[in-house]
Amino acid sequence: MKKLWKGNEAIAEAAVAAGCRYFFGYPITPQNEIPEYLSWRLPEVGGAFIQAESEVSAINMVYGAAGAGARCMTSSSSPGISLKQEGMSYIAGAELPCVIVNIMRSGPGLGGIQPAQGDYFQATKGGGHGDYHPIVYAPSSIQEFVDITYSAFDVADKYRTPVMIIGDGMLGQMMEPAEIPPMRDLSTLPDKNDWAACGHSDGVPRIINSLRIEPEENEAFNIRLFKKYEEITKNETKCDDYMLDDAEIVFVAYGSVARICKAAVVELRAQGIKAGLIRPITLYPYPTNNIAEAAKKDCVKKFITVELSMGQMVEDVRLSVNGLKPVEFYGRSGGSVMMPGDLVKYVKEGK
Amino acid sequence: MQKITISGFGGQGVLSLGKFISYSAIAQNLNTSWLPSYGPEMRGGTASCSVIYSADEIAAPVIDHPDILIAFNEPSLDKFEGAVKEGGIIITNSDIVHKKTTRKDVKLYEIPVDTLASAINKRGANVYMLGILLPIFGDISEEAAIHAVEHVFESKPKVIPSNIECLKAGIAYMKDLLK
Repeated sequence: MKKLWKGNEAIAEAAVAAGCRYFFGYPITPQNEIPEYLSWRLPEVGGAFIQAESEVSAINMVYGAAGAGARCMTSSSSPGISLKQEGMSYIAGAELPCVIVNIMRSGPGLGGIQPAQGDYFQATKGGGHGDYHPIVYAPSSIQEFVDITYSAFDVADKYRTPVMIIGDGMLGQMMEPAEIPPMRDLSTLPDKNDWAACGHSDGVPRIINSLRIEPEENEAFNIRLFKKYEEITKNETKCDDYMLDDAEIVFVAYGSVARICKAAVVELRAQGIKAGLIRPITLYPYPTNNIAEAAKKDCVKKFITVELSMGQMVEDVRLSVNGLKPVEFYGRSGGSVMMPGDLVKYVKEGK
Repeated sequence: MQKITISGFGGQGVLSLGKFISYSAIAQNLNTSWLPSYGPEMRGGTASCSVIYSADEIAAPVIDHPDILIAFNEPSLDKFEGAVKEGGIIITNSDIVHKKTTRKDVKLYEIPVDTLASAINKRGANVYMLGILLPIFGDISEEAAIHAVEHVFESKPKVIPSNIECLKAGIAYMKDLLK
């Protein structure tokens, strides 16, 4: 029988299946099932789980393990992810591959533990200092959590970049049937011996560092980094759409909210209103072209960005639409979640 | 498609009844989602979960208007009765819930599920309730529900027979009531 997986546990098992053997983290609701699961599962497969003394420590352990060439990850929720930002900037600056999961809760500050999407800016614009972006995935079902986690480590290795997977408390806590792909044969993982500080460099020192004190050197690095982001944008941008062909009202939403929009689309269509949905799967790189193409279509009258925030992704939607069509915003925050009926009402009554 | 809200005290098996329904749906080759309330309310307060099953893909896992509300205690009835879909169903655990719903446009079933189940298995009230639900659903077979019970109790095979007995008794009770 197909197994029901809780979102958090599905991420954890998919990471193990993908060959991740090292996890460093610190507990925080609503993502605790990830470390809880990995605390027994990783030792079972010869890996290591460490509960660090803080999030700062955990992300720096990831920095060290990734620098040594290990397939490794950390997970946290919003306030904990804020604490990891310095480490993430260093990891991006040292071009190290790793996976970071953020099961978002409400903020600012300690906020609450209910679902939210208030970390969009932090995730996509580079929450730490300096010019960098992680690749950011926003799955919207448990199976998509599994599939994206499974491939995220390979994407991270391919580009030597941190990859973030963001969900929210709803996706982390809910259960759906999902299938975990087969356990990756560790001998098929990418060879990192040409760069990692793994003790196999025949006495030639390997330096994992992000210090580039000379402006020329640092600028050249940044230019190279952004060439890499161009390549990532070309190859890795992912977007889904639903009932878009003849849509007049186009929702743009990601993660759990995209599913609420999908239900609203079905209901609006049943009432004779041609609604559709664009669902970015990667938030960085952002599927600008998909939205720009939709904006050019005559049938599209307006876009409505729907988020569990006070309005963050709406800025990228406006940049993508570039003034061609009106872009409205519908949001809930603080852990409150809109219902499909709220969106139907908003479309019909404008509030 | 059925959208079901289950609510009660933490420890009444609210979340596991949801899992039984979801696993029964899987065994029936249907899609399903299970969304719990999470946080402090799970420890002592009112716990609830939203379960959906459907032959089609499930869009939103949240439920604004459930087809069926199962209230294991009075606070749950107070909290969720207003949301139930017009013409929907409310099932209360009448061993604990003594008041009636204020809704006139829904069907109310008052089932003393603790008393009924305890004759077979003191901890079987939620599986008994699964039995109550099957004749209402109509599209999930007894076999599928048995598979679900066997699967959930895979690591505790000793309790499977009495739970299956609860399931069958629940089905029989509800079939009788619906006659």
